[in-house]
Amino acid sequence: MLTRLAARALAGFGVVAGVVTLTFFALRLAPGDPVEHLLGPAARPEQLAAQRHALGLDRSIPVQYTVWVTRFARGDWGISIAKGRPVRSVLGDAWPATVRLVGLSLLLSYLCGIAIGAVQAHRGGSRTDTALSVITVTLFAVPGFWLGLMLVMIFTYWSRVLPAFGAAGLDADYLSGWGRVIDGLRHLALPLATLTLIGVGGSARFVRGAMLDLGSQQFVTTAHAKGLAPWRVTVRHVLRNALTPVVTLLGLSLPALFSGAVLVEAVFAWPGVGRILVEAVQARDYPVVMAATAVSAVLVVAGNLLADVLAAWLDPRMRGAR
Amino acid sequence: MKRLLNDRRGVFGAIVLAAVVLCALAAPLVTAGNPNTQGDIVATRFLAPLSSDVTGAFHLLGTDRFGRDVWTRIVYGARVSLSVGMLSVLISITLGVPIGAIAGYGRGPVRLALLGLTDFALAVPRVVILLLLAALWRPSTGLVIVVLGLTGWMSVARLVHGEVRALAVRPFVDGAVALGARPWRVLVRHILPNALTPVIVAAALGVGNAITLEASLSFLGLGVQPPTPSWGNMIASGRDVLVNAPWVATAPGLVLVLVVVACTLLGDAVRDALEPAAPVS
Repeated sequence: MLTRLAARALAGFGVVAGVVTLTFFALRLAPGDPVEHLLGPAARPEQLAAQRHALGLDRSIPVQYTVWVTRFARGDWGISIAKGRPVRSVLGDAWPATVRLVGLSLLLSYLCGIAIGAVQAHRGGSRTDTALSVITVTLFAVPGFWLGLMLVMIFTYWSRVLPAFGAAGLDADYLSGWGRVIDGLRHLALPLATLTLIGVGGSARFVRGAMLDLGSQQFVTTAHAKGLAPWRVTVRHVLRNALTPVVTLLGLSLPALFSGAVLVEAVFAWPGVGRILVEAVQARDYPVVMAATAVSAVLVVAGNLLADVLAAWLDPRMRGAR
Repeated sequence: MKRLLNDRRGVFGAIVLAAVVLCALAAPLVTAGNPNTQGDIVATRFLAPLSSDVTGAFHLLGTDRFGRDVWTRIVYGARVSLSVGMLSVLISITLGVPIGAIAGYGRGPVRLALLGLTDFALAVPRVVILLLLAALWRPSTGLVIVVLGLTGWMSVARLVHGEVRALAVRPFVDGAVALGARPWRVLVRHILPNALTPVIVAAALGVGNAITLEASLSFLGLGVQPPTPSWGNMIASGRDVLVNAPWVATAPGLVLVLVVVACTLLGDAVRDALEPAAPVS
């Protein structure tokens, strides 16, 4: 198990290195120039050249790459070209917001998805199952950004109960204690609901499928034959065994969830990494794009690794397997 | 086929998709006028659904900020969205099937290299790469198709890989090898034809997924560029007018959801029809 974990970690490191290298060269080879974005159309050629020299952008691309890798490995993430602030502080301000949003929605969508999928599988083929299937297929198909807009339309413009944009109200700094917490929760509500709803469809469909596949196995027949109550068989025997693939899916769905967060953050002006990344790509802010890509790649790889460990913990048979 | 016809999900999905494809092909027949014409903007903009404008033209789904008919734009947008979905899935399949097949039947370094490549590509957050590629080169419909195709082949490759591995140990393959068939011939003529059915299912799901991703990119302004209508950029253009003209963003979104649901249901139905042993579902 340990050697396998080490191999996986090594492979994960390779993935991160590959993603970072690919991004670096794609960025540099593509048209667009951060210095032109920074100085604007009125800048004279010699001003542009001076600024490029100051940022080290006039050196050859392989040299720039080596410099960036050595600095990044030492923890120096550079300074944002567009914002003039250290990249660390730009991202440091944004990560907590994204992690709060993505983490909570991951938790909620899987809890709801497991519950819905279990109810469906328990009464497979019934009317309840069909009705829930219609709902989960629809949720699975809804694009997050559009669902976000619809929720804003209903809850902000029509009924005026929830705020639509940002992570805190304009007056948040003047609120104290509970007022501030409630303000934060009210701002979290719509983006969290959007990300959770689009996640529930996929996880519920998966859980239902995994449980129905197990339903015809002999240990289930045995459990029924012992005279156990049907719900007990579903929860204690079927659901438990169906959880292993669900945990693996959870790890695999991290990249997708992060991607979804990029769009939902754009819709709700949520001050997270997704929004920073979109802005940075458009301004060709190389240091910010590189750091954000590297950190998200690390998170995704770590998530997959964690899912592997969890799956091995849940299912002893996985420990020896390749 | 008969199983498929008995499955309400499959029939629903097929009918919806057929209707949308027909509408898109026969766009000039089911709509009035051009999707991009702008008449008297002040008089015709933001007309509510089911109303007529000053010239007497009827607008089933209302008009947008330039007085363009939303229904007409949805139908012409279907041409763009559907072709992006289908062409990008075609690219994914042409890449994914050979990679998965060779990884499944080959051994040693070839297999490991291809599997490593697939795992690597799977671990990359897709929208992040899409965002980078689409923002770095000038956004266009062609770029969206290529980018979606290049980032979507991994699931197909994995599927084909698993399928080929399972088939490679079956007796009929041993038989072909014993008859002296070369490895290529065994793979292409004997194994692959039997491994392709799940690819059809993956393709149906992939088209729905690609349509959603195209809409997402266009929503961020990185996909299909206006005035060419696509469902994504129509939703984006309705974003600022949610209060006054909610139909501009709502209508194309509903159509998109309907089409993706149809793709998913058809895919599910085909899978169940192909797996005779599948339990009640």
